[in-house]
Amino acid sequence: MTFLLVALGAAVGAPLRYLTDRYVQARYGTGFPWGTLAVNVAGSLILGCVLGRPFSPGLTALLGTGFCGALTTYSTFSWETLTFARRGEQATAIAYVLVSLLAGLGAAGLGAILAQAL
Amino acid sequence: MDLDVDRRAVAAVSAGGVLGALTRYAIGAAWPHTPNDFPWSTWLINVSGCFLIGILFTLLARFRPEHRLTRLFLGTGVLGGYTTFSTAEVEVQHAAPTIAITYLAATIAGALLAVWAGSALASISTRSRSAVR
Repeated sequence: MTFLLVALGAAVGAPLRYLTDRYVQARYGTGFPWGTLAVNVAGSLILGCVLGRPFSPGLTALLGTGFCGALTTYSTFSWETLTFARRGEQATAIAYVLVSLLAGLGAAGLGAILAQAL
Repeated sequence: MDLDVDRRAVAAVSAGGVLGALTRYAIGAAWPHTPNDFPWSTWLINVSGCFLIGILFTLLARFRPEHRLTRLFLGTGVLGGYTTFSTAEVEVQHAAPTIAITYLAATIAGALLAVWAGSALASISTRSRSAVR
């Protein structure tokens, strides 16, 4: 049963990441991966909130493992960083990594605080 | 603004994302951890996913640059759904301080090294193959 909830969450989370990326690229151009950054930070906020509350294991599987897991991505984030480094844009690569990690951690912490407050 | 959303592309990403997420779930379930342990399962998932995307995107760029749906299904879908940024960040948050710092550094270093190694391996092996031909 749990794996069905994980599948359901991922079926929505992964295309939402793709559509966010398409939307952001269409609006702000392809220079910086704002789309990936946005989903990674948003997913960290939601997961921080989900795990900060005593939700049922089923809801945690649906929202946490399925939705947030598929909404966020480490593989695309790494590939984009490598692409910056190969183009000789080392400063952008470093900034992308630092901003992603710090904003992600901040968002996860904020999610946990929100979960306590709700 | 015309987004020109292709339903096949969305379906490919969604189906791939389900496969990737279920693989991640199975690995996590087989290898659980507490806040006092290093989260090896997530580390392995993220580093292996980065290695695979390095191979995949390098091979696709070289041999099948026009196969957009293959890239979306396997890259954006399967590997995007398999790897997770949010779990890694929340695990850093929940871990004991020394584990948190080590885990954060080991994940980003492992991921970047893996994506570079996967891409380099794919370039080298395809280059030597075309040289033999």
